[in-house]
Amino acid sequence: MTTMTDPAGPAMTATAGPAPAGLPRLLPPVPGVPDDLRAHLTRHGRPPYRGGRGLLIHTVAEAGLTGRGGAAFPMHRKLAIVAAARGGRAVIVANGAESEPTSRKDALLLRVAPHLVLDGLQLAAEAIGATEAHLYVHQGTGSHLMRALSERHAAGVDWLGVTVTEAPPRFLAGQESALVNRLGGGPARPTFVPPRVWQRGLGGAPTLVQNVETLGHLALIARYGPRWFRELGTAEEPGTMLTTVHQPDGKTQVIEAEIGHPLRALLPSQADAQADAQTAAEVQAQAVLVGGFHGTWLGAAAAATLTLDNQALSRHDAALGAGVVAALPADRCGLAEAARVTRYLAAESAGQCGPCLNGLPAIAGALAELAGPGPRRAARQNAERWAGPENLVAGRGACGHPDGTVRFVRSALTVFAAEISLHEHGQCSATNRTPFLPLPAGLPTTEDDWT
Amino acid sequence: MAQTLRVNPINCTGHGVCAELLPELIHLDEWGYPVIDPRPVPPALGIETRRAVAACPALALRLIRQE
Amino acid sequence: MSGTTAFWYASRATGIVALLLLTAVLVLGMLVNRQGRLPGLPRFAAGSLHRNISLLAVAFVAVHVLTAVLDTYVSIPVSAAVIPFASGYERFWLGLGAISFDLMLAMILTSLLRGRLNRTLWRAVHLLAYVSWPVALAHSIGSSRDLQHGWLLGLGIGCALTVAVATGWRLAHAARQVPRAARVATLLARHLPTAGSPHLRERISR
Repeated sequence: MTTMTDPAGPAMTATAGPAPAGLPRLLPPVPGVPDDLRAHLTRHGRPPYRGGRGLLIHTVAEAGLTGRGGAAFPMHRKLAIVAAARGGRAVIVANGAESEPTSRKDALLLRVAPHLVLDGLQLAAEAIGATEAHLYVHQGTGSHLMRALSERHAAGVDWLGVTVTEAPPRFLAGQESALVNRLGGGPARPTFVPPRVWQRGLGGAPTLVQNVETLGHLALIARYGPRWFRELGTAEEPGTMLTTVHQPDGKTQVIEAEIGHPLRALLPSQADAQADAQTAAEVQAQAVLVGGFHGTWLGAAAAATLTLDNQALSRHDAALGAGVVAALPADRCGLAEAARVTRYLAAESAGQCGPCLNGLPAIAGALAELAGPGPRRAARQNAERWAGPENLVAGRGACGHPDGTVRFVRSALTVFAAEISLHEHGQCSATNRTPFLPLPAGLPTTEDDWT
Repeated sequence: MAQTLRVNPINCTGHGVCAELLPELIHLDEWGYPVIDPRPVPPALGIETRRAVAACPALALRLIRQE
Repeated sequence: MSGTTAFWYASRATGIVALLLLTAVLVLGMLVNRQGRLPGLPRFAAGSLHRNISLLAVAFVAVHVLTAVLDTYVSIPVSAAVIPFASGYERFWLGLGAISFDLMLAMILTSLLRGRLNRTLWRAVHLLAYVSWPVALAHSIGSSRDLQHGWLLGLGIGCALTVAVATGWRLAHAARQVPRAARVATLLARHLPTAGSPHLRERISR
């Protein structure tokens, strides 16, 4: 394998502005004001192309950039595999489907800083010698991005044409093999692996799928260098990340934070809430969901001690995932929330694999029973069995959907154990019945729903 | 040369023939789908394993060579 | 004269046995597809019988063809076994036999190479069984007058009825089957009788 090393340090094309110091990096300096192409070029300059395949990979490796789509895979490894593949064809896909209902960061990034993402797409495409480029986005956001792309085309900024495709509104639509399946003309359902898409993907060609936020970071690293990137974050997990924070008072914010930032700094402090006893229950968190619907519930006390990095979170069997942090207010029923989400996750199964097709609705049924009043010993035992260490459901599908759902359920059964006992005696600690976590309305029933 | 037995869960439709032919390594879950021992196939069961793979009506079983 | 008569009888007899075996193969194939079980037998039996009987049937067809070729009373070239309409004698009806046999060979060959073939291709070839069998039946009825009267007519009708009923059963199942995209929704409705979100809220608020 022969990848040429690239001169360490900033790119050779002059950048028009200084490297951003501190935060924000991805998000524009004035919040909410989208960067149009001219503002983007004024601030960052043109994309610093390296002039050949593979030349950027060393820089990415030094920077230690990992994927921001949920799997946190080291980007340079994927780039290297696809760049080294023989066959003459390679495909790159910028994944902005953001199928996780609790996540808003990709949508925001594509709205306020699309050119950073599109720069990253072009730079990564050059690094792997791509012959085809795609931008896969959430339903309804395509036209704005096509305008940005034609602006860039007119200014001669892009070297490879980009096809924009809107993803169907399915939870699994952003999964890497489902994405390739969809782009190939099929339904957005996962396929069996191996081979992974970076070995054989769209049209049989090696396919690099990267989350749009990851590409945004790449665009900055290519300009300002790995040392600049590592100024924030931890040594093992450098850089910043976008988090979608669901505050207990109902507000949702996208916050760019450095990795390793304390979790409690994202959420209102409990001390502040206690100052006003009347609203305390509404704004105090009883539990925190980290990582989205395939993430982990943590008790409020545990969450208060944690930092925003996978090393710390992994000790609690949690991970950053797509960067979602949702703080459930104390006045809600955690079991009801978990039951609602599990029903959604079950309905969003591709229905291809027996254990998922059968197991997830069964688990959803058990949780729905537990969310109701009265002794439900069978439901509790079943839920604990199906989501338990025997792996009756987890690990037995073609994709990670049953695994992620089981992680969510298992942590809910642990964190809301006291609530389960209350319900068994016909009581519930909640005083507010309004659903907290966001869920899309329609559930899939026909084949069209997957395309 | 170790070999592991894997099922393609998308192709598997729960015929259950594999569990009958190779009960040492495969049992069926409550929904009729195979749960396979993830450890390498013992050499003594090599022939039976290949027979089970060939007998699957959906061709969902695969013997993976591990290097 | 007795030598050629022996070949002619052997050809007709093996042909009839082949027809019976092929009827069994077709029905067993449908049974395997429907995950049905033969009473008193383990699950693997249906598939195993299906495969073994299909090989036996091809053996009988091979003898059926060979003895017809060896019989000197009529002139049938050996190529007529696989090349349709290559025979001077009863060109059309024997041609049907060749077509049916060709399809059988394709099915057997693709099944032997199953592990290496694309699943869709294998399935497409295997579905040709539904063409091969009626063509074989037509060949049986038209090639000689054997199946046109007497108890052999009864046999032919019996085979045809068996296949018709089995095919009807198979098609009825396909029509009843929940389409893939609706399977999850169906199972979910079963586990969550009050499946709508507002109902779920209602249930908890009690």
